[in-house]
Amino acid sequence: MLNEKYRTISQVHDAFDRKELSSVDLTRDTLAAIRASKHNAFLLTMEDRAMAAAKMADQILLQHGKVPRDTHPLLGIPIAIKDNMVIDGVRTTCASKMLENYIPPYTGTAVDRLEKAGAVFVGKTNLDEFAMGGSNENSAFGPVEHPTFPGYVPGGSSGGSATAVKAGFCIAALGSDTGGSIRQPASYCGVVGFKPTYGRISRYGLVAFASSLDQIGPFTNSVEDSATLLEVMGGHDPLDSTSSERPKEPYAANVRKKLEWKGLRVGIPKEYFIDGVDPSVKKSVKEAIEWVAKQGATIVDISLPNTPYAVSVYYIVAVSEASSNLARFDGVRFGVRPPNAMEVEDIADFYKRVRANFGPEVKRRIILGTFALSSGYYDAYFHKACQVRRLIKNDFDRVFKECDVILGPVAPSTAFKKGEKASDPLKMYLNDILTIPCNLAGLPGMSVPCGKDEKGLPIGIQIIAPQFRDDLVLNVGHAFETGYTGGGR
Amino acid sequence: MNPEWEVVLGLEIHTQLATNTKIFCGCPARAPEGVSVADLGPNANTCPVCTGQPGALPVLNRKVVEFAMRAGLAMNCEIRKKNVFSRKNYFYPDLPKGYQISQFDLPICEKGYVDIEYKLGGKEQTKRIGITRIHMEEDAGKNLHMDDFSLVNLNRACVPLIEIVSEPDMRSAEEAGAYMRAVYAIVTAIGVCDGNMQEGNFRCDANVSVMPKGSNKFGTRAEIKNVNSFRFVEKAIEYEVERQIALIQSGGKVVQETRLWDSAKGQTFSMRSKEEAHDYRYFPEPDLIPVQIEEKWLEKVRSELPELPSQKKTRYISELGLSSYDAGVLTSSAALAQFFEETLKLIGGEAKASAKAISNHLAGEVSRLMNEESVELSAVKLTPKHLAEIVKLQTSNVISSTGAKTVIAVAWKSGEAVDVIVDREGLKQVSDTGALEKAVDAIIAANPGQVAEYRSGKEKLLGFFVGQAMKATGGKANPGMLQEIVRRKLSS
Repeated sequence: MLNEKYRTISQVHDAFDRKELSSVDLTRDTLAAIRASKHNAFLLTMEDRAMAAAKMADQILLQHGKVPRDTHPLLGIPIAIKDNMVIDGVRTTCASKMLENYIPPYTGTAVDRLEKAGAVFVGKTNLDEFAMGGSNENSAFGPVEHPTFPGYVPGGSSGGSATAVKAGFCIAALGSDTGGSIRQPASYCGVVGFKPTYGRISRYGLVAFASSLDQIGPFTNSVEDSATLLEVMGGHDPLDSTSSERPKEPYAANVRKKLEWKGLRVGIPKEYFIDGVDPSVKKSVKEAIEWVAKQGATIVDISLPNTPYAVSVYYIVAVSEASSNLARFDGVRFGVRPPNAMEVEDIADFYKRVRANFGPEVKRRIILGTFALSSGYYDAYFHKACQVRRLIKNDFDRVFKECDVILGPVAPSTAFKKGEKASDPLKMYLNDILTIPCNLAGLPGMSVPCGKDEKGLPIGIQIIAPQFRDDLVLNVGHAFETGYTGGGR
Repeated sequence: MNPEWEVVLGLEIHTQLATNTKIFCGCPARAPEGVSVADLGPNANTCPVCTGQPGALPVLNRKVVEFAMRAGLAMNCEIRKKNVFSRKNYFYPDLPKGYQISQFDLPICEKGYVDIEYKLGGKEQTKRIGITRIHMEEDAGKNLHMDDFSLVNLNRACVPLIEIVSEPDMRSAEEAGAYMRAVYAIVTAIGVCDGNMQEGNFRCDANVSVMPKGSNKFGTRAEIKNVNSFRFVEKAIEYEVERQIALIQSGGKVVQETRLWDSAKGQTFSMRSKEEAHDYRYFPEPDLIPVQIEEKWLEKVRSELPELPSQKKTRYISELGLSSYDAGVLTSSAALAQFFEETLKLIGGEAKASAKAISNHLAGEVSRLMNEESVELSAVKLTPKHLAEIVKLQTSNVISSTGAKTVIAVAWKSGEAVDVIVDREGLKQVSDTGALEKAVDAIIAANPGQVAEYRSGKEKLLGFFVGQAMKATGGKANPGMLQEIVRRKLSS
């Protein structure tokens, strides 16, 4: 674990400015901490590349006397990348046996922008195979340990990134969020996890799980840092047609502006406090909301009536897209070939042997998706799901006329013990009910720590805003994080 | 064709678009000028997008949409304002993503038609063939099968195509051939396709079925895939029609299946049946946003549309006095029409007189050589400059029509200057009256018997004297002049 003094970008940069820390020192310590850890949060460390980047950062530091924050807002900052994002020449596995030997020939846009801003990549983090799962138990390379509660899961699918940030193996980490894969592990681990608006950050270089839902986002120890990372990574990318052409805003500068709680209309959806949500989670989130009300915000009771259908819709749309996205892992161009490839009977036999390399959850989803798209079933499943998805989006459009932001829990429970839900996929799927609606509607959503349950396991509060109001999510998150002292955090 | 049966044919034509770059990435869509695609190294013309690297995303090439619009307008289609791409999912080694990005239920062009002309029993026929739809899609790569393994080349992956789907309006192989030729003429004339059929840049799938004459219920159809020649499509259809009729007449049933044409054997054979057919699991491509075609863009494309083959043909007939047949041949491909017009321009002077002469060569020797060698006009060394000089020499009686054919055939391969060829091959005609008279005198003197016979009324012998004199001049005599001199001398 790294020095507690250096947990945010500004703490590190101030230390650089004071010459009390160099990027090389910080990077060396970080890599050593990762090597010594037993969390299995990393699938690969990038020692040489990291040290080279750190040396470069120290040179820039030397040239400028202090951190040139305008040109290099991430100078010398150790960052970990979820192993479903590609970096040229760095093995990318998606925690799948299928890609255990895949070396991508290019770098994704978000990662490239971080690197150009001065970031030092320390390694690739563990995840549920192809980002399919909510506990990080679906990794072909073993589960990730919870950063502070041994024996518990860190959540998923970006469990490695959440653990890495909480345990101090980096200052920030990238995750991807298709149905809650950033926000849920952030809530479980007690860090900030931010899924920006769909299309705000380019997906170019993110190995697709469900293209219409996937979004890259940061894990950080402060909301301010999430704003900095969004500002660096966000904005249109000519290589991703679904990235928005809307200019990005100065998120980092805006986030520090004082939020006027008075006049802010905060929507509380009743569907997010149903019976399935743990009492301890409800209690903690409600306390936080009471504090928000005390600051002068107007609390508005709202209803998102189609929320109960979100999980069903998601598990049709996401798996359908996944069944197509994962077709390329067929052993011809990508994917591990059977050792006796020359002895296969025919191409069908070849495919069968290759595709056996997928783990059980991935297989389950490919089969479900293939079924949902099959002729004769398309209308009843995929098409119907797309229609209901529209209704879920309409719910949000309607309530955002009555409120500016929505607050609620991130997940129905706190982190659970390893193996507890592994045998019951349906229970695992229902765990996503509060995060999925954001993805279906393309909205920005964030998890900020707000308390702990009776065992001391972290609880996050979810902040949701209208499309492209990422600034508002960050602003509210920052005001809450810096103002709220309750919840026993 | 069997008089008791009616044939129903529909064609799906795949046209490679002549854009600079591929449909979803920045890789060149074609080999550089003068380089064959085959000469590019395997997988040399690829990038993360067209090799389907995990995480890479497609970005639509606007030029593809424009070319598709152009094709649609030239074939009288309605153009869809909001265009959506879909994924067609299937596994095949030449398909790196495991799906092809195509259009499914919302194609860019619909409800068009093409008018065709063809000969039936020596009579010119015209017919309107409906176009169901035209959609945009990416091409796959290419598999190369060796003895015990296969190789994949993705140079062609992601190259833009349009698929032009006809209504089942054709009733004979001739109609299908004429339709394919008409579409070819259009797509090359409007510059959306380079027309190179050897490279597979214009190829078709033919849906063939038969039903008893008078029936209104179509029979089960078989699809013949990937035919890349006009002649083969006609032959394949003729074979397939006979096969289906024979099958039904012997109590069998036609099964819905995909068949391939074996040009060496002159037969179609089964590739896969309906039971093995794919369920493509189409769904809207989430990586691409819908393309909006606003009215302004459509109008711009419409206004820039060049002269269509049918318009050109009408002009050739009315302005240049060409026959319908000749005009049809010249406008059957953009390359031919352009060659014709350039030659005409180089000759200058009275256009009508030269037009007929040029047209005779293009529709005759040039077309014959193209067919014989299966090459495009752009790939040979004969230029409009050659042909212009050939026609000029012929008009001024310097070379004979046979000599002209020889020059064409030589220049076709060597590209040498016309006068060099004429000299070396000794093609210059003897048009010197004195020399010709001398030769004829000698023949008359040497054959008194035949002279007497001729003069007593056996005029058929004229040919004998002309032939002998031609022989004496080494075949170089101007045949018209020679005949004239022989006739005069014998009658005097």
